[in-house]
Amino acid sequence: MTIGLEHYLVLSAVLFCIGLYGALTKRNAVIILMCIELMLNSVNISLVAFSSYIVPLLLTGQVFAIFVMVVAAAEVAVGLAIILAIYRGLTDIDASNINLMKW
Amino acid sequence: MIPYQLVWLIMLLPLFSFIVNGLIVRPFIKPKSRVYGYITVGAIGVSAVLSIWALFSVMSASHHEIPVPDVTWMVLENGVTIHLGLILDSLTAVMLVVVTVVSLMVQIYSLGYMHGDEAGYYRYYTWMSLFTFSMLGLVLSDNLLFTFVFWEMVGLCSYLLIGFWFHRKSAADAAKKAFIVTRIGDFGFLAAILILFFNTGTFDIAALHGLVIAGTLGGTVLMWAAIGIFAGAVGKSAQFPLHVWLPDAMEGPTPVSALIHAATMVAAGVFLVARMFPLFEYSTAALTTVAIIGGFTAIFAATMGLVMNDIKRVLAYSTVSQLGYMMLGLATGGVAVGIFHLFTHAFFKALLFLGSGSVSHSTGTFDMRLMGGLRKTMPWTYATFLIGSLSLAGIWPLAGFWSKDEILISSLANQPVLFWLAMITVFLTAFYMFRAIFMTFHGEYRGGDESGDYKHTHESPLVMVGPLVLLAILAVIAGWWNVAGGFNEVMGAHGHEETRGFFGGLFGAFTHTVQGVPLPLISLLVGLFGIFSAYTIYIKKWITAESLGRVFGPLYTLVSRKYFFDELYENIIVKLALMKGLFTGFTLFDSKGIDGTVDGVSDVVISGGQAIRHAQTGQLQLYGLFIGIGVVIISLCVYFFG
Repeated sequence: MTIGLEHYLVLSAVLFCIGLYGALTKRNAVIILMCIELMLNSVNISLVAFSSYIVPLLLTGQVFAIFVMVVAAAEVAVGLAIILAIYRGLTDIDASNINLMKW
Repeated sequence: MIPYQLVWLIMLLPLFSFIVNGLIVRPFIKPKSRVYGYITVGAIGVSAVLSIWALFSVMSASHHEIPVPDVTWMVLENGVTIHLGLILDSLTAVMLVVVTVVSLMVQIYSLGYMHGDEAGYYRYYTWMSLFTFSMLGLVLSDNLLFTFVFWEMVGLCSYLLIGFWFHRKSAADAAKKAFIVTRIGDFGFLAAILILFFNTGTFDIAALHGLVIAGTLGGTVLMWAAIGIFAGAVGKSAQFPLHVWLPDAMEGPTPVSALIHAATMVAAGVFLVARMFPLFEYSTAALTTVAIIGGFTAIFAATMGLVMNDIKRVLAYSTVSQLGYMMLGLATGGVAVGIFHLFTHAFFKALLFLGSGSVSHSTGTFDMRLMGGLRKTMPWTYATFLIGSLSLAGIWPLAGFWSKDEILISSLANQPVLFWLAMITVFLTAFYMFRAIFMTFHGEYRGGDESGDYKHTHESPLVMVGPLVLLAILAVIAGWWNVAGGFNEVMGAHGHEETRGFFGGLFGAFTHTVQGVPLPLISLLVGLFGIFSAYTIYIKKWITAESLGRVFGPLYTLVSRKYFFDELYENIIVKLALMKGLFTGFTLFDSKGIDGTVDGVSDVVISGGQAIRHAQTGQLQLYGLFIGIGVVIISLCVYFFG
């Protein structure tokens, strides 16, 4: 069996759904952050796959994936800083308890 | 033949004196300086000379009309051109002479009369100039649009001058009343202009006349247009039921009453009907309305004049009554009859008002109960006032006799019922005028205003007596113009006058018969009987006024309270129907309807927000879930329907 574009896309979709599920259900803020990383990287896979299958001579998708990784790194830095700040205030990083912004 | 540029000048000279007085010299000259008066008198004097020239030119011109070139003011998108033009026919020429001559007399008189008024002197002359300009514009204008503009301007000047002593509440109220009541009529006038423009596409008066005579404009449209125009005239000329403002307008200075509320502005209504006369001529309903309102107003106002104690109010009701006569004359006898009475009335009524001003200048009051015996100290005022009254009462051979006579003749021919009202009014007119004379000039002096001392009463200065004498001369001779039918000829009304020469006409009045009745003689006798009745009551006191008042108790109350019209308008219409009814309804609609809608919208938003804010749990992951579900739904939609 040859590996085609659809295999990559299915992998990407599965990873994205796992990440989304984790981001919506996990209570630990650090794990939620990790799940978001998972979603971002699943997208990276589909970008690179599209690029190499559809426009093999161009590197657009790869370059874009690297951009995403850079942004993701920055996001992790900010996200962890926020989580740390919340932990200092609440001594807890359970996402279901962080609900001060409700009605 | 007068050059047309000078016709423009007749109108623009008073405007010039208005601008000079009001805007240019004011910072340099003290407010009480007589210079303002001299400027106005000068400008209006030249206007008067030009007007007389214009009248003579018109009399000798072919068709009694002098063409004046138009100036195009603006062209509308649909091709309608609006001209700024003047009309100079016999009607306008007569009105020009009336307005400028009376205005000139009044301005000269005011030099003396208004002298005591420290701060208001310049204001007075500024407004009087503006008024004269507006009035001249009104009679000269050749299209309805400008007629209406000037019509409103004379109304404005009337408002300003009635409220001249605005620090007195009664004067301020009277000014407001005059303005608002005439506005009711003006609404009809404006509606009529719009009806005419909508149906014909022109404002031009001559063009409208042409359309009416050609039969293009007729039927219901013509009737409503004519009635609308007459509504404007009813307001301006203080006809029943809008007569209530004129007696109150006597709060203004007396020369203002003489000029605006006796001779010119109130006659503008009569002028307007005369100017638009073909519209009435071709609409029987409108013409009958004019006749009935005029005839009724004549007797209605005369009865109120019988019981007033304020000399100016007697004259005011007399004016209302005489304006009713003019309307009746227009409706039954045509333009020449109505305007002839306007012409003579302007002189003798202005004379009477100025005479009453002269009396109050001396005694400090207008209340006739506080006067008496003034004929010895004020011989000139007495003599001129007597001439004016005789003229108004229709005594041969003074001006009023000739003009009133024609109205009686024409109303007998066309409206026999109204003729009898008019005949009774002749008696009432003679009676109330001589009641005023006997109370003011005869008997014992009864105190006056403050001094209460007979020797303080004095004749007025020459600057006031001069105009009185000139107007008295006009009050005698003005009627002679039509003795041999000259006036009718100028106005283009040929007819019943046989050529009999001046003296033939002058003495022929006694033997002249209409339908076999010596009508002029009868009206003269009725007038003399009115004078005699006043003589028996107020001089001989065979019957005292008090006993009459007792006998006719309820009737007397009814008349002296002006038929409760003020109460009707004030209490029933304004306070009850408008304030309690309509305005309360509006208030209710505003507070419940409008405010309710606004409040309701915000209430719905607030309670809606209260209800759904619980969806905001603060749980970030829940929000994320909803976003995710949303994305899925949108994706599915795009997949299936996109």
